[in-house]
Amino acid sequence: MAGWIAANPQIFVVALQNHLWLSGIALVAVLLIALPLGLVLTRQRGLANAAIAIVNILRTVPSLALLVIMLPLLGTGFLPSVVALTLYGLPALLLNNYTGLTQVDAEIVEAARGQGFSDRQVMTQIEIPLALPVIFAGIRTAAVQIVSAATLAAFIGGGGLGELITAGMANFNFPQLVAGAVAVAVLALAVEVGFAALERLLTRQLRMGAA
Amino acid sequence: MTIRLEAVTKLFPGVARPAVDALDLTIEKGQVCVLIGPSGCGKTTTMRMVNRLIEPTSGRIIVGDRDVTKADPVELRRHIGYVIQQIGLFPHMTIAQNVATVPKLLGWDAARIKARSEEMLDLVGLDPKLYLSRYPRHLSGGQRQRVGVARALAADPPVMLMDEPFGAVDPIVRGRLQEEFLGILKRLSKTVILVTHDIDEAIHMGDVVAIMRDGKLVQYDTPDRLLAAPANDFVADFVGADRALRRLSLVRAADAVEPGGASDGFSLPGSLSMRSVLSALLAEGREAATILGEDDQPLGRITLAAIRARGAGTALS
Repeated sequence: MAGWIAANPQIFVVALQNHLWLSGIALVAVLLIALPLGLVLTRQRGLANAAIAIVNILRTVPSLALLVIMLPLLGTGFLPSVVALTLYGLPALLLNNYTGLTQVDAEIVEAARGQGFSDRQVMTQIEIPLALPVIFAGIRTAAVQIVSAATLAAFIGGGGLGELITAGMANFNFPQLVAGAVAVAVLALAVEVGFAALERLLTRQLRMGAA
Repeated sequence: MTIRLEAVTKLFPGVARPAVDALDLTIEKGQVCVLIGPSGCGKTTTMRMVNRLIEPTSGRIIVGDRDVTKADPVELRRHIGYVIQQIGLFPHMTIAQNVATVPKLLGWDAARIKARSEEMLDLVGLDPKLYLSRYPRHLSGGQRQRVGVARALAADPPVMLMDEPFGAVDPIVRGRLQEEFLGILKRLSKTVILVTHDIDEAIHMGDVVAIMRDGKLVQYDTPDRLLAAPANDFVADFVGADRALRRLSLVRAADAVEPGGASDGFSLPGSLSMRSVLSALLAEGREAATILGEDDQPLGRITLAAIRARGAGTALS
């Protein structure tokens, strides 16, 4: 496997880069959608129930199915893969974001309003900081899910490390297949560990006092 | 600042009976007014309408010379101190940041905020050096409540709203906190609305006590009048069968002496309440006690007969 990477560094690096681009763009898209949407939903409880129902349905659709559904809608390639991965990572973050914000102690929000915090200040200075650990756990889950699922983008021509696996299977090139599989596993683990470390660092800085 | 409620009504949607029903209430500047009554009587709703955490359905609320129903609620709340039952300290902020909440919202400069925070912690009996950089979870319930009061007082609001401020502290700490907070509020001559369900607390803390039931005022009187002349059976029940004793506990022995001394030389300190004097006389089997001043000089005497006379007139009026 290491031998295959040493013999084909170009192919491996391109696949890895592609994989990171796919996952990175999808994750940023998830953040851009789920973070503001979660905030809006806490202010629109009626809408929240509908949104959560949709997200829960989304969550049960297997990642490969999601990718394949993109085929007739957006065709093959990089963009459809990013869209599918975004849809795949969205539920984890949106649910955590919403739950984290709604679980903030009502007494504390009440105390803040009573001291004269505006609605906006309650959100930025009280609700978001207190929900941050839960929100961040959602970001970590979404990131790991996306990095893992990006392997399947190869099925609709999205590129990434999955291509090493599909090509390896098609050509009975076992070392290539294993190189792809191990690389994906290591990447997913690295994302998990990296985000967990970042999470600890951030929460320690932002709310040292919380239990 | 005077607080005046004029025909204030609150009707919650989907509830037939108003939570607060055409309530008129005036609280003079510098007075502590205690709102008390069974749960659901509208006492908390009444208090929360003053800083517009709840919007009145109709009526006027005037604080000082300002109609609060026409004020900007966020701005209004920055000038009304607010202490809640579960204290509501912000767990992700230090004690310093918690106390500095309102000054910061008002845009004070950092040096002034720091000086004020230290002053406030001193005021509520916490050493600023020890506590300012700690987090709420490092503090006991009583200490947190002290911080809660320090936070509410930080921007020197003329009016304080206190929603069961001693609900989260144990009974032993409660008595001392009541004593200390009352001293602070009086010294700073704050106008206070305090909500409680504890009649002893109401009698101890209130200059005036408003007993509420079903959104209406049943009796609004000084603690002494409330105990001496309950307006009806409901109030009599509420203040308790031992109201004669409670009333005696409101009076210091030194303030109730008559000329003379006890023939047998039995003496008690003048700082005791009349209730304690009665208890001591009963326990010792005496008829009278000489009451001593702070310098241990006799001030006069208190006899059982005098206590009995004082306790009379506590029947239903």
